[in-house]
Amino acid sequence: MGPDKNLLERWHDAEILLLGGSAGSFKLLFHIVKSLSPAINKTVIIVIHRKKNFFSEIEKLFAENSRMLLREVVDKDTLNKNTIYIAPANYHTLIEKDGTFGLDVSDAVWYSKPSIDVTFESAAEVYKERCIAILLSGANQDGAEGLLKLKQSGATTIAQHPEDAEMDEMPRAAINIGAAQYILHTDEIFNLLQTE
Amino acid sequence: MTDTSVIISSVQITELIDLVKKFHGFDFSGYTKASLKRRITRIMQLKKLSFYDLKHTLVNDPHFFQDFLEEITVNVTEMFRDPSFYKALNNQVVPYLSTYQHSKIWCAGCSTGEEAYSLAILMREAGLSQKSFIYGTDINTEVLKEARRGIYSLRNIKSYAENYQFTGLKGSISDNFTILYDAASIHNELKQNTLFSVHNLVSDGVFNEFQLISCRNVFIYFETDLQERILDLFYKSLCHLGYLCLGSKETIRSDAFKKKFKVINQKENIYQKIGA
Repeated sequence: MGPDKNLLERWHDAEILLLGGSAGSFKLLFHIVKSLSPAINKTVIIVIHRKKNFFSEIEKLFAENSRMLLREVVDKDTLNKNTIYIAPANYHTLIEKDGTFGLDVSDAVWYSKPSIDVTFESAAEVYKERCIAILLSGANQDGAEGLLKLKQSGATTIAQHPEDAEMDEMPRAAINIGAAQYILHTDEIFNLLQTE
Repeated sequence: MTDTSVIISSVQITELIDLVKKFHGFDFSGYTKASLKRRITRIMQLKKLSFYDLKHTLVNDPHFFQDFLEEITVNVTEMFRDPSFYKALNNQVVPYLSTYQHSKIWCAGCSTGEEAYSLAILMREAGLSQKSFIYGTDINTEVLKEARRGIYSLRNIKSYAENYQFTGLKGSISDNFTILYDAASIHNELKQNTLFSVHNLVSDGVFNEFQLISCRNVFIYFETDLQERILDLFYKSLCHLGYLCLGSKETIRSDAFKKKFKVINQKENIYQKIGA
């Protein structure tokens, strides 16, 4: 995938869509999940920060409003097309070379478990240019380093425009280290994700 | 901040696994590679070692391997991690355990002992202290020392207390230890019901017969072939109708073992040995 390709071509070619968000991204992710159509023909992986003992019913709420299959990652699940996977609370979610998920309970990264960095870095190693990743609103720096690794591996990387992010620290951190190839407004993100 | 300069390849991981097996007798070949790679990268960053240095030190520094082992295995654990699991265990399994004259419980991959003591507390709350015994095992001798000591930082205890609240168990978690300055020491009464010893799930065999085996958040580090070998070990180590508990995101995938274990609680991954 060359740098001459435009964003739409990159989106079309990508097999894995990675979404990372923290504080202020929940509502946005809910609407994204709601809007995604199986016709995009991708595996979707969502990493969202949350507290360990709050059974926040995220999966239930998301699943009820999704046109795609949606499940919380279980150890050794295979990454399937047209399925939305949510990283479980209190674990890091990794991707193995054989196309399965691995989980890890090691220390939090940026006080976060799941950490967006961990999943993004792992996706960068295995799926490289086959990934497209979007880093959304959040109040810490998790995800920036992972987005950079994705960019370095040839993946397409996007940060939500800090002006649009409810909490701008996370996308700003990514932009500051040059991890974001595209900085998109929320409506532009939706437009892209609607493209089949 | 992660150091982006450390990059190791899959070939190097394999090389390191072979070296560790040859020089130290520990076989990590069945461990999941993404996690293993992350751990090895971390060791290289912490110890400021290049890949060559790491290999050299592993072979030539006799004390280094213990450090390596501690870093390569994940020793993050909590008391009453996943409170809903303990609730399910208390409601669906403990009543059956109480019918035995004596229950032997194996906490496999116990790390620093928090889960083994959680089980001991659960049994105490059920009035089964005198009728139960908990064996905690791990491959790592250093973490077992900590488990035997049973002293945990007060800061962690606060989060354990929060977990405990959600278990629905009576009493308070603080009934189980004595606070000394910034640490909490597990009561001797609970310690007397536990034994911590070295056991390597990869290479060691059956050592007793158990009514309950709890092996939570250990399978996530093993590839499916190794998981299956260890399921066989657990199957052989359980009494007829004995219980097996896996982590809340772990599951039995092998068809052969699905037939040998009945699901008691799907969400919490509690199984019961059936068949001969």
